[in-house]
Amino acid sequence: MQLFFVMAGGFLGAVVRFALGEWIGSADFPLATMLANLSGCLFLGWFMTFSSWQEGRWREVSLFIGTGFTGSFTTFSTFSLDMIQLIRDGDIWQGAFYSSMSIVGGLLLAYIGYKLANVQFKRGEP
Amino acid sequence: MLWLIGLGGSLGAGTRYWLGKVLADRASRDFPISTWLMNTAGSFLLGLLLDGYLTAQIGESLWLFAGAGFCGAFTTFSTFGYETVKLLVANKVNIAILYVLTSVLTGASAALLGLWL
Repeated sequence: MQLFFVMAGGFLGAVVRFALGEWIGSADFPLATMLANLSGCLFLGWFMTFSSWQEGRWREVSLFIGTGFTGSFTTFSTFSLDMIQLIRDGDIWQGAFYSSMSIVGGLLLAYIGYKLANVQFKRGEP
Repeated sequence: MLWLIGLGGSLGAGTRYWLGKVLADRASRDFPISTWLMNTAGSFLLGLLLDGYLTAQIGESLWLFAGAGFCGAFTTFSTFGYETVKLLVANKVNIAILYVLTSVLTGASAALLGLWL
C-alpha cells in the first residue's frame, strides 16, 4: 500500500514536470527543469521538516507528496544531461550559470524551507 | 502521451522508493549513498536513451516513457537538496561538500558516458 502512494505521486510529478516543460518551452536554456528543481527544493525542505513532526500521522501523505510527487517532479538525470549539452554546444557560461544556479539556489531554497518549518514549529503551528 | 510519461514516472518513483529501502538496510553511514547511486545510474541511463533517441534507434514513445518518465522520476533533485541541508545543519560540512561535488561531477560524467556509448 505504501508503494501505491509513492507511485501515484510519481505519476503526477512526472506529468506536471513534463507539462511545465511544454508550457515554458524554451529551446536554448533548460529553464523549466531549473524552475522545477528550485521550487521542488524549497517545497521539500519545508514539507519533510514539517511532516517529520507529525509522528507517523502523515505517513501516507508524506509518501504521496514528498517521496512520490516532489521526488518525481524534480529530476537529477535531466540536470546532468542539460549541463553536458550546454557545455558541448559551446555555451560554457550558460552551463556554468545553469549548474551553479541549480545547486546554490536549490540548497539555499531547501534551507529556507527547512527554516520556515522550524519557525512554524516554534510558534506551535503544526 | 501524458499517460506514458506518468506510467514511467510512477515506475521510476516506485523503484526509487523500493531501492532506497533496500539500500538503507545495508548502509548506515552519513553519506546519502542510495540517492547518490540512483542519481548517477539515472543520469547514465538518460544519456544512453537520449543518444538512442537522437540517432533514431528508439522511438518517441519509449523516449518519453523511459526518459522523461522513468529516469526523470527515478532520479531526484529535491531529495538531494534536502539531504545536503540536513548534513549542513548537523554540522557535517565535509560530507555535505563531498556529496554535492561528487553528485554533480559523477552525474555529469555518467550522462556523458551514456551519450558516448
